[in-house]
Amino acid sequence: MLRWIRQQLGFDPPHQSDTRTVYVANRFPEHGHYIPQRFADNRIISSKYTIWNFVPKNLFEQFRRIANFYFLVIFLVQLMIDTPTSPVTSGLPLFFVITVTAIKQGYEDWLRHKADNEVNGAPVFVVRSGSLVQTRSKNIRVGDIVRVAKDETFPADLALLSSDRGDGTCHITTASLDGETNLKTHYSVAETAVCQSVSQLESLQAVVECQQPEADLYRFVGRITVTQHGEEIVRPLGPENLLLRGARLKNTKEIFGVAVYTGMESKMALNYKCKSQKRSAVEKSMNTFLIIYLGILLFEAVLSTILKYAWQAEDKWDEPFYNQKTEQERNSSPILKFISDFLAFLVLYNFIIPISLYVTVEMQKFLGSFFIGWDLDLYHEESDQKAQVNTSDLNEELGQVEYVFTDKTGTLTENEMHFRECSINGTKYREVNGKLVPEGMTDDTPDGSTPHLIGEELLFLKAVSLCHTVQISYDQPDCPVGGGDPFSHANGFSSNHMEYYASSPDEKALVEATKRIGVTFTRSSGDTMEIKTFGKSEKYKLLHVLEFDSDRRRMSVILQTPSGGQVLFSKGAESAILPFTTSGEIEKTRLHVDEFALKGLRTLVVACRHFSPEEYIDVDRHLNAARTALQQREERLQEAFSYIERDLHLLGATGVEDKLQDKVQETIEALRLAGIKVWVLTGDKHETAVSVSLSCGHFHRTMNILELLQQRSDNECAEQLRRLARRIKEDHVIQHGLVVDGASLSLALREHEKLFMEVCKNCSAVLCCRMAPLQKAKVVRLFKTSPEKPITLAIGDGANDVSMIQEAHVGIGIMGKEGRQAVRNSDYAIARFKFLAKLLLVHGHFYYIRIATLVQYFFYKNVCFITPQFLYQFFCLFSQQTLYDSVYLTLYNICFTSLPILVYSLFEQLVHPHVLQNKPGLYRDISKNSLLSFRTFLYWTLLGFCHAFIFFFGSYILMGEDTTLMGNGQMFGNWTFGTLVFTVMVITVTLKLALETHFWTWMNHFVTWGSIAFYFIFSLFYGGIIWPFLHTQDMYFVFVHLLSSGSAWFAIIIIVITCLFPDVVKKIFYRHLQPTGTQKSQHGPPS
Amino acid sequence: MGKVKGKSGPLARRPDNSAFKQQRLPAWSPMLTANTVLPFFYLMALICMLLGVWLLLTVQSTQEIKLDYTEAGTCDVCFEKRKNVSNAAQTCTCTVVFSIKKALKGDVFFYYGLQNFHQNLRRYMDSRDDGQMVVHTASHLRKTQMVSPLPPCGAVANSIFNDSFTLTYHGSSGPSIPVPLLRKGITWYTDKNVKYRNPKNDNMTLAQVFEGTARPLYWQKPVYELDPLDPTNNGFINDDLIVWMREAAFPNFKKLYGVLYRDSQPFTKGLPAGNYTINISYNFPVQYFRGRKEVVLTTLTWFGGQNHFLPVAYLVTSCLILLVAILLTVAWWKFGKNGKRMEE
Repeated sequence: MLRWIRQQLGFDPPHQSDTRTVYVANRFPEHGHYIPQRFADNRIISSKYTIWNFVPKNLFEQFRRIANFYFLVIFLVQLMIDTPTSPVTSGLPLFFVITVTAIKQGYEDWLRHKADNEVNGAPVFVVRSGSLVQTRSKNIRVGDIVRVAKDETFPADLALLSSDRGDGTCHITTASLDGETNLKTHYSVAETAVCQSVSQLESLQAVVECQQPEADLYRFVGRITVTQHGEEIVRPLGPENLLLRGARLKNTKEIFGVAVYTGMESKMALNYKCKSQKRSAVEKSMNTFLIIYLGILLFEAVLSTILKYAWQAEDKWDEPFYNQKTEQERNSSPILKFISDFLAFLVLYNFIIPISLYVTVEMQKFLGSFFIGWDLDLYHEESDQKAQVNTSDLNEELGQVEYVFTDKTGTLTENEMHFRECSINGTKYREVNGKLVPEGMTDDTPDGSTPHLIGEELLFLKAVSLCHTVQISYDQPDCPVGGGDPFSHANGFSSNHMEYYASSPDEKALVEATKRIGVTFTRSSGDTMEIKTFGKSEKYKLLHVLEFDSDRRRMSVILQTPSGGQVLFSKGAESAILPFTTSGEIEKTRLHVDEFALKGLRTLVVACRHFSPEEYIDVDRHLNAARTALQQREERLQEAFSYIERDLHLLGATGVEDKLQDKVQETIEALRLAGIKVWVLTGDKHETAVSVSLSCGHFHRTMNILELLQQRSDNECAEQLRRLARRIKEDHVIQHGLVVDGASLSLALREHEKLFMEVCKNCSAVLCCRMAPLQKAKVVRLFKTSPEKPITLAIGDGANDVSMIQEAHVGIGIMGKEGRQAVRNSDYAIARFKFLAKLLLVHGHFYYIRIATLVQYFFYKNVCFITPQFLYQFFCLFSQQTLYDSVYLTLYNICFTSLPILVYSLFEQLVHPHVLQNKPGLYRDISKNSLLSFRTFLYWTLLGFCHAFIFFFGSYILMGEDTTLMGNGQMFGNWTFGTLVFTVMVITVTLKLALETHFWTWMNHFVTWGSIAFYFIFSLFYGGIIWPFLHTQDMYFVFVHLLSSGSAWFAIIIIVITCLFPDVVKKIFYRHLQPTGTQKSQHGPPS
Repeated sequence: MGKVKGKSGPLARRPDNSAFKQQRLPAWSPMLTANTVLPFFYLMALICMLLGVWLLLTVQSTQEIKLDYTEAGTCDVCFEKRKNVSNAAQTCTCTVVFSIKKALKGDVFFYYGLQNFHQNLRRYMDSRDDGQMVVHTASHLRKTQMVSPLPPCGAVANSIFNDSFTLTYHGSSGPSIPVPLLRKGITWYTDKNVKYRNPKNDNMTLAQVFEGTARPLYWQKPVYELDPLDPTNNGFINDDLIVWMREAAFPNFKKLYGVLYRDSQPFTKGLPAGNYTINISYNFPVQYFRGRKEVVLTTLTWFGGQNHFLPVAYLVTSCLILLVAILLTVAWWKFGKNGKRMEE
């Protein structure tokens, strides 16, 4: 895939070396062995077309569609052989359809061009010929030295040369690339780090050699060769030296970097994924219907051809004296004639395939999707975010969802951690107004009183404020970071310029909490950390960080205290710390932790260990040995960590609350009433997940909660599953909830998929905890591909939800705190979970009904259209005479009947939105694609055939027998007959839609009556002129004469009534005898 | 779509609170329930019933006489004669006798009818060229002759129906009186005056204009001599030609031949009862396609000929509507007037 993209983009010629050589500042070596290389420029191209290739490329794309290609073939057949209708009849609608689609795609591409131009035209500063030059982003070439200032994004992939800090480091955040919001430190090599000014850079002689571009964000291999005083120094470059395009510079005033990958070769651009083409259930049934209609078409054509030859077996029908053939016709070969007859019938009946269906559906989706973004109810005021539609192809799928897979953190919860309670040395505390209040005491101490913290509490707070990997960003733009007095601005707690960045929101919440209480983490630079306890600053030397990993589920720091001792602070899940503690109030703390978890708080346990100098030397040795080990470094590190993190002294525990989002409970309840099963998939631990599930209404107190946890072996897992299945059967009255953890899930999925599915389907709520991102996607896929093929929806906010969002039928991103990754990969993005209810129950319902009726109606109206033409063949000896005039054939689909259905499909509301939202059960009415079931399809098709028979034979009985219809005795001809049928048809088809319409806005009135009026006016106009370039004047004054006949009027009225009356009766009887929930709720007070 | 300008501040992206964007446009939501529809059903049934009865009465007042003359009377001789193509040039006349029991009152229309003649074949119809009929200058006509040297060209014109009729009334007393037929006004006004035009040339007669053109294969007379009685009725604007050129939709059709001229006794009130004979100049062969030829005499109402379709359709529809309406009313009574089942 990647290779393909690169070859497409044209920069992966087969014989190219594996590395690229970048001459910094494009100073090429003077002596000759320089091979010029071609690199892409720094233009980002997300657009598909250019002005020059738009027409051919767009046409090619469009004719790859089977329906368009079909009409193209019909058009070519009409051009080549003698067919009953002129090529215009299919050429013009095809042209219309292609043009409308092209305009839409052109508009979308224009928007992309505009966005591209904005990016490509952004001003950047480049070092050129010894000075800083401002230029546009697109002009950056590989080898240019680029200057990036604070809070700017990098315009290309840069190898960091120097920053304004002495050590040549800088901080960046890659939120827009991978969703991680924490600050990351990047380094430059020492030889270039000194070049902090333009003039110094000017004298820099360096060459970067690195691999060819590849998409992996975390891989970069290269080296830099710096020539200093005539000798070449070679330094390795890794991902920590590379600043990726799209990342943002933080906390650093400015940096210089040399561009190594530009434009479409940058890692960000290589990560542009072609959006996975998701197709909705409606589209799939639409294609099935099209194939059925193709079958009908072929059948009609073959039947007509055969009948034609059966009829022509007798000479007197084949060639009556008044209609003799030419010599050429007589002599052509029978097979050729047969084929050309078949093709002619194909052309005659081809309109049964609704040509404008695709374009109307596309327009409907494109225009209709605006309503989501416009909806005030989906607008979140606090964050000023409105709903966002990334693909309009799936609108109706929102009305078909059966399973919702939701992330927990950030989706059900705010992902806004608030420190609530803690337990220190066996005593519970709550935080009240920035003070720690022990349990049982009320907050009646006056604000002014000095906080009174005993040693244990202080140690606990210090531990919390030091044991983390939080970075600080100073908001003051000119804050001297590298030198000067870093405390000047922080004095007197004016540290609100300071902002913490943490990879984990828990850590951030904790550090912020200690700051409020009085122990402020103020600075970390290199290996010192500074905290301020009630105004008194203390400097700690950071000796080691024992990083967090998901197996240990804890992290530790080893610090040198100001007094010179070494201490280890450890923080982690209680199951990861408590077993290693030897002193402290272990039992009480354990109780408190459980209490916190029950309240839905996220708990962490803090412990410490003081080292004696000898111990520390030992520890240091262990760690260093492990870190520098060449083999099995991982294992040895683990060993070292567990060697160090033992004999801990328990300090206490923290309880951090992740606030539930607004109205989560109501939303989940509504979804459940709508027949949607909700699954919560979270990485959180079991207890927290369950308590959050309970508090958000996902689990009820009355629910029988089944557990599939910590299964270690296959057999055990199967046994447990069977046990659960039995339990479900035994007590089936109660609702069941299932809790699964990641490890057990992977066991269950590996061997016992069926059994697991069986259990899951019987549970009304399922909670999966400790899930890895790929596991989430796997669960979704499991359901997607299960025999029932339910429609799945995944909703999440973080980068870890992306795989699930992309996997599900509908992916919804929450515009949360964890970057935009999920939003960018989603199909729809909303600001809060609660909006999901309206999105599905109201918008989904509307879109589904609209598009389903649209599709059915299109097939119906084309059956009505072409069947009379088929019937007419029985009366004209299958001579392929058309019933309608060419102009009518052409305009039927694009003028006379196109607008009412489009307006219907944009504005129809069967039920008032409030009712839909208040009665989620209505959602079940449209589940399982019920409006596009084969039965309804058959109903519409048969209805079309019936109506066509009534039009045709009604008119036939009126005119076909030899009566005159005019008071003056003059006779009508075949064109009048065709026009009569056509008139009846246009009126009936339009009124049929009117019968379906439940929501008559002025626009519906306008287009419905307007369409009929337009047909009359157009016909009067078209028939009122001798058209200079036409071969025949068949329609001259035909329409006027038709209308001047009283019989015709009477006939039109009675035929229309006959067609629609049974339909009305059917509707009334169904409504009264078998009303659907939707119909019942239409009776409610409208607003 | 959205207005971006002029908005800033914390709620910059807030969507407009307009009825359109919030899908709150004022709308009329009709519901098809028994309550709303029943009055309409009764009303419709009534109207249809009245219309049906009225139409029926109107249609009953018309009279129609059909006469198949393919082999009737003395025409069997001509029928045999026309079987042989070599006799095509010979003329043949025959007479059919019939009687009218009840006088046809009012305007009487004289039609000729053909059965099994397909004017609706594609090749047949495609061969016409309306452009030729509206040409305005002789030079243009000559130009088009390069393509089609037979004005008027095409199979339609070529196969024109060329029987002609004279109708004679034999009153119970007195001599036989020829029934005067008006052979004008049998075409659409627009056809006669706009669509079909003779090539014009100020100082030439029609014959001169058409000079050098051959007549269509089956024609006995050139186009400029179609009507020997009325010189203005020749060329492309000949009434019979125009009538024929309006192709019938179905293989059994009739075309208007003439209207009774009610100027003189005893025809001022229509055709009186009595015996009639039709003299037929029998030219048109039908046996090749197993066709029949007929003559139709009929009176009309303001909405056309004797057509029972409309009254029957209206009466049947009104009965059906009435039946359904009654059924619905019964159901409505039984299941509660407020639609009890709807509220459950």
